[in-house]
Amino acid sequence: MSSEIRKIIAEHAHLSVDVDSLADDANLYQAGMTSHASVNLMLALEDAFDIEFPDSMLTRSVFESVAAIEAALTQLQAAAA
Amino acid sequence: MAEYRPGDAEQTAFLQELVGAGLLIESGIPGVYGRGEQFERVRWAFDRLVTRAGDGDAPERMAFPPVLPRRQLERIGYLNSFPHLAGSLFSFDGDEDQAAEQAARASRHEDWSGFQSQTDLVLTPAACYPVYPAVAARGPLPPGGVTVDAGGSYVFRNEPSGDPARLQMFHQREIVRIGEPDAVAAWRDTWRDRAVALLRSVGLDAGFDVANDPFFGRSGRLLARSQRSQELKFEVLVQIAGPEPTAVASFNYHQDHFSGTYGITVRNGGGEPQPAHTACLGFGLERITLALLRTHGLDVDAWPATVREELALA
Repeated sequence: MSSEIRKIIAEHAHLSVDVDSLADDANLYQAGMTSHASVNLMLALEDAFDIEFPDSMLTRSVFESVAAIEAALTQLQAAAA
Repeated sequence: MAEYRPGDAEQTAFLQELVGAGLLIESGIPGVYGRGEQFERVRWAFDRLVTRAGDGDAPERMAFPPVLPRRQLERIGYLNSFPHLAGSLFSFDGDEDQAAEQAARASRHEDWSGFQSQTDLVLTPAACYPVYPAVAARGPLPPGGVTVDAGGSYVFRNEPSGDPARLQMFHQREIVRIGEPDAVAAWRDTWRDRAVALLRSVGLDAGFDVANDPFFGRSGRLLARSQRSQELKFEVLVQIAGPEPTAVASFNYHQDHFSGTYGITVRNGGGEPQPAHTACLGFGLERITLALLRTHGLDVDAWPATVREELALA
């Protein structure tokens, strides 16, 4: 899942660095992702994983790192299973 | 059509009092009023008070009309964040027969929108928007950046309401700071305290709080929470009418949102120009006028002497 997330980050987060140079827990906002870019990332993740983030997950921290996104997606997929 | 939000009992009664006293003049459209002489007298008095409070910063003064090139609205992504509030200008595009048909339909109050085409203009939704491209066009700013007093332009929000404090067309008394990130953050903090002091000096019980913009939809909830958690927006709140205090001034720290869009930079000694940060401060002049009328009464000449002196109301 992590590589798929990284691919979507590379396309939508507009980072100032290469996403593959970042650790899973590296902060994406510090790597240049703006709030507006985080919205595009959120929508792209929903499309790619066919999920919808519930209202409680529409927060800055859910999208702050590869690991945080993976944790949120895992939780949503487990709930849907 | 945007959904009409009725005012509560207190707001409805206050609106009726304002209209009855000739302070506001009804147009038939909620949130769009003429202003009577005494209302304008107070609005201008507070406008001048803001000017005096900002004189020490030696701002550069600019003024813009209440319309904005459509391209600017598109570039800054307003339609992503606030599609529900935007107003765009359309005008007739057709031949004589179509003009006659349009007029005939209009005379019967039927739909004539099919004869209209979008123009290059939109209604200005925030008074600071024209400032950024104007400053960007100069090239890199000198160290320290610039402070712009953009005056009090009319702005438009498509949100018809029965609350007299929620207007569709109102004046934002706007000051913009563009410069190095630390200079911009310091300016915002200084003005936040100054704005609260200014409102208290005219007898308003003002306080400030962290706030968020009314971003649209689910994406908007993420943006709003993000803005709040970073404390990028503050509002100064005063009780007017209704259950909650009303925001009468707001401070937005945009970080590099506008400077990135328009390429605004600041010279940094002898090195390469650095990306600027921007922040703005807007006083809602009608809301402040309403708060003053609510607090001190509808007869301006009977207000406490200290308030009239502070506002230099003769």
